[in-house]
Amino acid sequence: MTLTTVIQFYVFVLAAFVGYQVITKVPPLLHTPLMSAANAITGISLVGSLVAAGSDHGTASNVLGLIAVICATVNVVGGFLITDRMLKMFKRDERKPN
Amino acid sequence: MEPLPLRELAVQIIYLASSVFFILGLGGLSKPEKARAGMAQAAFGMLLAIVGTLLHADIVRYDWIMAGLFIGTAIGVVIGRPLFISVPMTAMPQWVALSHAAGAVAATLVGVNEFVLLGSSLGPGTMAALGFEVVLGALTVTGSVMAFGKLQEILPGRPVTWPLQNLLNMVLLAGAFGLLIALMVNPELTWAFWAMTAIAALLGILMVLPIGGADMPVVVSLLNAYAGLSASAMGFALGNNLLIIVGALDGASGFLLAVLMCKAMNRSFANVLFGAFGAPAPAALKSADGQEMRALTPEDAAIRLAYAAQVIVVPGYGLAVAQAQHALRELTDLMEKRGVEVKYAIHPVAGRMPGHMNVLLAEANVPYDKLYDMDEINAEFERTDVALVIGANDVVNPAARSDPGSPIFGMPILDVDRAKSVVVLKRGKGAGFAGIENELFFHPKTSMLFGDAKASLSRLVTELKAL
Repeated sequence: MTLTTVIQFYVFVLAAFVGYQVITKVPPLLHTPLMSAANAITGISLVGSLVAAGSDHGTASNVLGLIAVICATVNVVGGFLITDRMLKMFKRDERKPN
Repeated sequence: MEPLPLRELAVQIIYLASSVFFILGLGGLSKPEKARAGMAQAAFGMLLAIVGTLLHADIVRYDWIMAGLFIGTAIGVVIGRPLFISVPMTAMPQWVALSHAAGAVAATLVGVNEFVLLGSSLGPGTMAALGFEVVLGALTVTGSVMAFGKLQEILPGRPVTWPLQNLLNMVLLAGAFGLLIALMVNPELTWAFWAMTAIAALLGILMVLPIGGADMPVVVSLLNAYAGLSASAMGFALGNNLLIIVGALDGASGFLLAVLMCKAMNRSFANVLFGAFGAPAPAALKSADGQEMRALTPEDAAIRLAYAAQVIVVPGYGLAVAQAQHALRELTDLMEKRGVEVKYAIHPVAGRMPGHMNVLLAEANVPYDKLYDMDEINAEFERTDVALVIGANDVVNPAARSDPGSPIFGMPILDVDRAKSVVVLKRGKGAGFAGIENELFFHPKTSMLFGDAKASLSRLVTELKAL
């Protein structure tokens, strides 16, 4: 195992902890938007897809990359749109100032 | 160590900023008023991720990328947007599942591409990462499509079971791991890579097929976690920390929600995934023989609601199935105009995904400060004149507290039976989802209003207006 791999594990474990801490603070009220937001950011696989689509390793690789970019983009765009639609619905009671 | 070339340094700085924005964005969801701004931050994080990647040294041509981004955005906006705006909130879980599938297709294809290109030159570490990426990705793709099919009722929603199911799944899983280990030893075994991917895809189908509709929240959460871990694995394989971080955030979110849902159902993770779930539960020890439910008329119910000081509404999924949220909102508006304090008690498993009922009520313009989760509201029932139960059953069954023989014993419930009186809107006299009799319905302080939830609520609205 190289030092790089070890550092990658550090990053992974610490990020998972941050994720745990942040997500335990999300109230049940917003669990559905949370899930939809988490779904939107799963589209991060776009990063890998872009490299595949834009590298110079032959057309087959570019086509696979293209399909991956399309799917990941749909995931990102769709995920953020759904989340925003949901969050827009959450309104306070205007009649009660507090 | 050699210093990074300037371009690579720029990529890394942008990635770091992107990770921070993703974390800030998820943090925004801790408060409803900050949530939309948080999502804007997360979207900005995604934009930074794309910009940073475009600077990547491996990228030499932009035609395919631009085509992909353009087509993807077009599909998302042109087909997705009208769909996401018109699709009812009850159908949210399946669309989230489908969106998972799209992201996971990308992760899987990137892994496949990497293997095809580098194949025999892959070291065992990278091969392991690639293997996890592809296995989790393929499993998420087929699992999510299955979940979509079940929730959309294209496929039978009831659990499909067959003999030796769990054993078969275990064997397949072990087989996939065996192939991965073989690949780590000898990366030239191309057939093993394809076999492993195919087994993972098959597992996704087999694992979701036996899971019933009510357990779907756990499955959709888990698929979210798998998609995240697949992205993390991709990060390990490509040496990309941004992918590792964001994938880990997703994984944490998915697992946490799955665990919360399991707790709310008083079931273990293993029981949901491997148990014979959703199948009719054994009959409860306590039967309702000889007891009578007391029906009441809409007029009487309206009078009780109108003259109460505090009413807690307990909505169940039955409310959403009857599409009666708007009628309910109308009713509670009328009650509030008469000075009744109205609160909503939301059980975590009310709905088809975590927190689903909150969204369904928010859609009907119920202000979110009236929505209380179980822990916040349970102490309030004692001070409540009427608990109005609509289309909920097992989550208000006192047997969960008192009857060790009951299949739902130990499940956290809403303490509706502690209210001064209870009015239950129910379609018919049948037992609940789990097939368990509910002694609450036979309690002397409970009155039943039978009929379709929407019709009953409309009737109550009319009665209340006439008072």
